[in-house]
Amino acid sequence: MSNLTDLTLKAALDGLTSKQFTSVELTQAHLTAMESARALNAYIAETPEKALQMAAASDVRRASGDAGPLDGAPLGIKDLFCTEGVGTTAGSKMLANFKPTYESTVTSQLWRDGAVMLGKLNLDEFAMGSSNESSASGPVINPWRAIGSDRKLTPGGSSGGSAAAVAAGLCLGATATDTGGSIRQPAAFTGTVGIKPTYGRCSRWGIVAFASSLDQAGPITRTVEDAALMLGSMAGHDPKDSTSLDLPVPDFSAFVGRSVKGLRIGVPKEYRVDGMPAEIEALWTQGIAWLKAAGCEVVEISLPNTKYALPAYYIVAPAEASSNLARYDGMRFGLRAAGSNLTETYENTRAQGFGDEVKRRILIGTYVLSHGYYDAYYIKALKVRRCISDDFDSAWTQCDAILTPTAPSAAFALGENASDPVAMYLNDVFTVTVNLAGLPGLSLPAGLSSEGLPLGLQLIGKPLDEGTLFSLASVMEKAADVSQRPQSWWRASS
Amino acid sequence: MAIDVATVRKVARLSRIAEPEEVLPALAEQLNGIMQWIEQLAEVDTDGVEPLTSVVNQGLPLREDVVTEGGDASRVLANAPKSVGGFFVVPKVVE
Repeated sequence: MSNLTDLTLKAALDGLTSKQFTSVELTQAHLTAMESARALNAYIAETPEKALQMAAASDVRRASGDAGPLDGAPLGIKDLFCTEGVGTTAGSKMLANFKPTYESTVTSQLWRDGAVMLGKLNLDEFAMGSSNESSASGPVINPWRAIGSDRKLTPGGSSGGSAAAVAAGLCLGATATDTGGSIRQPAAFTGTVGIKPTYGRCSRWGIVAFASSLDQAGPITRTVEDAALMLGSMAGHDPKDSTSLDLPVPDFSAFVGRSVKGLRIGVPKEYRVDGMPAEIEALWTQGIAWLKAAGCEVVEISLPNTKYALPAYYIVAPAEASSNLARYDGMRFGLRAAGSNLTETYENTRAQGFGDEVKRRILIGTYVLSHGYYDAYYIKALKVRRCISDDFDSAWTQCDAILTPTAPSAAFALGENASDPVAMYLNDVFTVTVNLAGLPGLSLPAGLSSEGLPLGLQLIGKPLDEGTLFSLASVMEKAADVSQRPQSWWRASS
Repeated sequence: MAIDVATVRKVARLSRIAEPEEVLPALAEQLNGIMQWIEQLAEVDTDGVEPLTSVVNQGLPLREDVVTEGGDASRVLANAPKSVGGFFVVPKVVE
């Protein structure tokens, strides 16, 4: 058997089924890889004892013939998902010592299906960021480097730890969350597959809240089939989340490899933004050609309000965040900093517990919700949100799915966008519309830049139509044939 | 409508975040940059458009009004910065 950490999730499950190796062996191989990859800073916490215990229990289940769909598969968990008895920091000093006494619904479903937890993955603080640089645990380093360069690149954000760990073979798949692009942009930057399902597919219960009307969980994996497998376990109705959809979970894997002949693919002209690198434009054209070759019909569509999506998002998301993060007052859980009275205790706690980007967003959110600005900003943004959602509704009369680039560039260097918040926000220009409209969006690796860095394409689907995205993505994955992995330079330093 | 130092001071106070005086000018500049960029929303004609508050096309679900879980104070208090005898301990609120 070749390296166990090079296997896809599907191949690993097949190997476990055919008894080529045990879950303990598979898990140990990943724990060893994690140990030698600490230079990437992908994991905030490794949980080797728990992992080996879960793996051993899985091997017992498999021997007795009652293995679940993910039984024995070692996964990484974004440190935004509450895990019972295992510290959950959300990348913040505020929750440095927080140990949940409960398990998030999404992770509990992974364990129900037999998966093994390797540890908690790094992220931007409270999932606010596009480069992982806002994490209290420090930035994750992208396993990919430009050809002939040792410059440290961002893995994207906020699910940077998830994406880097999957790309570097430090888990078979990882959970992630996406509020404005936090699954898809890191997937594009690391040559991995990421899907944000329809809003309501995955329960938000037990996931540290950022912007509740936009937050959705989804997987990051190395293949389209793996993403379908993992999403099947993560999704499903949960009475504990009032926005969770009470609908059966389709067999997403069954859509992988299905014919896409006759599907109409929309190409939105507004996504040809100024200053988009020629190679991303070329990749997009290539993606269109692959789908045409597979029998799809390509139609130009218009999403006229696209350019207003990001500014609307930067009202809606901070407004919801300022409200959600009001709970961090130092009284019931999390950090408490001393103060001479109650108000000062609140103010000092929040000043010390939150990092700069989180504070900035709380201030913006508080400002746009404050008296005199509520209608001018917040209600205005919600109206624009309706316009963006309507744009998609009319697009669906012309097409069955939409193809766009995932991000406006390849991975950039750590520190490159740190001084200009708006430049950083522009990373999500192609992904954020999908959150505002609650649609499913999938990013898949489609090629490499001239510098040898991964580039992604995004497929956007109708509500609840993740299945079509998996069919289209598997066709494109085959055509793109991006089999290259990052060079494991990080092992040299250990 | 530009955000000045006084506005940042007020918003920081509303947000219960202690921001030292010396950082307020830089913060005001940053927030102004972001809000100026957001101002482009004014270009969108939203007359007669209903605000979109939820993308979920279902009513809020109801359930029986019964106790489903609870009665476990130790779990609730497990992460409290300070607790005594089954209660959260907070700074003095009433003088």
